[in-house]
Amino acid sequence: MSTPPPSKGPFALMAEFRSSKELIRAIRQARGAGYTQLEAYTPYPIEEVWEELGHHRSWLPLIVLIGGIFGALFGSLLQYWVSVINYPMNVGGRPLNSWIAFIPVTFETTILFAAGAAVLGMFALNKLPMPYHPVFNVERFALASRGRYFLAIGRWDPQFDRRETAEFLHRLAPQEVSEVAS
Amino acid sequence: MSAPHSNAHSNPYEPPSDLERLQRHGWTLGAVGVAACLVGWILDSNQFFHSYLVAWLFWLGIALGSLAILMLHHLTGGAWGLMVRRTLEAATRTLPALAILFLPILLGMQEIFPWARPEAATDELIQQKAAYLNPAAFTLRGFFYLAIWSLFAFILSWLSLRQDRTADPGLIRRMQAVAAPGLAIYCLLATFASVDWLMSLDPHWYSSLFGVYFFVGQGLSALAFLIVIAVYLSQRQPMDSLFTPLHFHDYGKLMLAFVMIWAYIAFSQLLIIWSGNLPEEVGWYLERSHGIWKYVSILLALFHFLLPFLLLLSRDLKRNAKLLSKVAVLVLFMRWVDLYWLAAPSFGHEGLSFHWLDLATVVGIGGIWFALFVGQLRSRPLLPINDPYLEEALADD
Repeated sequence: MSTPPPSKGPFALMAEFRSSKELIRAIRQARGAGYTQLEAYTPYPIEEVWEELGHHRSWLPLIVLIGGIFGALFGSLLQYWVSVINYPMNVGGRPLNSWIAFIPVTFETTILFAAGAAVLGMFALNKLPMPYHPVFNVERFALASRGRYFLAIGRWDPQFDRRETAEFLHRLAPQEVSEVAS
Repeated sequence: MSAPHSNAHSNPYEPPSDLERLQRHGWTLGAVGVAACLVGWILDSNQFFHSYLVAWLFWLGIALGSLAILMLHHLTGGAWGLMVRRTLEAATRTLPALAILFLPILLGMQEIFPWARPEAATDELIQQKAAYLNPAAFTLRGFFYLAIWSLFAFILSWLSLRQDRTADPGLIRRMQAVAAPGLAIYCLLATFASVDWLMSLDPHWYSSLFGVYFFVGQGLSALAFLIVIAVYLSQRQPMDSLFTPLHFHDYGKLMLAFVMIWAYIAFSQLLIIWSGNLPEEVGWYLERSHGIWKYVSILLALFHFLLPFLLLLSRDLKRNAKLLSKVAVLVLFMRWVDLYWLAAPSFGHEGLSFHWLDLATVVGIGGIWFALFVGQLRSRPLLPINDPYLEEALADD
């Protein structure tokens, strides 16, 4: 869900489901009914949920790839600069630019920078740290990290209507439908 | 035999009838290849035996790698393995035939291995190794490895068949109990086999990583082969509705992992020998870094590692069965190049010695092997019908 425009009313309407299957069916029906601003909350990552939500592709793989390429260049050029330019030293008669010996360190810096890019990129794309988010205003939402599955429809959805959307969610046979206060 | 699934015609996973055509093509290619090999044997027996060793090791690698991956699957489980278990089992049941195809190597021992020639008697270093490297011990060891591997293959296939017939859930445990020691024994014997069949081509040379390099390559061969077969089956009844992009994603990830382990071992061996810089060890790499062999080495680095590695990073490619099978074919071809690169420089031909017999032996052994494999694949349902995990593996989510 993108950021809501400022206006009155609840932040979103949220339905609680008891299984991932129910949640996935609900997402399908909500998408079928024309809702677009959906978000799902599950206790563990479920690839199918992510696909059903029709999310755009994540930029994270590209960020990790760039991090890795940067790490590889950094590691190899650093060693080249140290051993060939800054402090050339004859080791056992080997050439100064002994690329075979540079590979392990280059490999390490590639992984290091790729992993760092993955962590920082994930934080940045998720806009973390985020000290406040309205979904936590729903008391039962704490169950989203235990055994319950939640589907939220954002107020900024063009089809959103406080009453109609709530009725729609009730028809999906959820455990409970609640309003998320802003 | 009283179980409902014992009748092959009532089983829902009956192998597609096209396989019969594939099997016929296999026999035809095999016959043509064998005829060409016989001509080659008469014209240039030296070259024939050199080509034969590489071709035999290539097809053996697929069968043995299948045995290793099958045992790995028994120990770790997972839907990916259940979907191809019958393909792997069929490949491992070709091992006795590969043991028969080992015979020409014994006939050509003198032409292939320097330690088996009369001149070896004057070589001090070879004489020190003669207790291990001698024709009798070589023959006995070769048949011993092949017998033990075949034994494991047949025990696992037999338990799997019993599972089809009796649906006894306890058989899973028994297959695991066979697979655990089996995997360790496979690795141990493959290490010895790598010394016998490849490392001893250059009897002065040694590398303690060579065995791992050898069996990791076999695992990669088998994985690439099983992807090609899985893609073929996924385009036909009855498997077309059962294979999903998720399965191919898993095979792609496994192949990526094996490509990386192969590169890791290949590089580790190079780094260790290059750092040590000892005359007995570096000679092997010097041979492969001069003249035309230098370009074959670069070809290996680029197309056995770099290109498949970069392609397999893509999630979309791994989920696309057709594209994945193209990468698998490239990997299979490079597996042959790798074995050729390991063996051919040690034969002492001048320059790049690619010979039409290199192709003829691959086609001859391959045609026969493939026809036998397809015959085995056709003999059983394409899925282990009474495996307790099958229902879960076939569930939609």
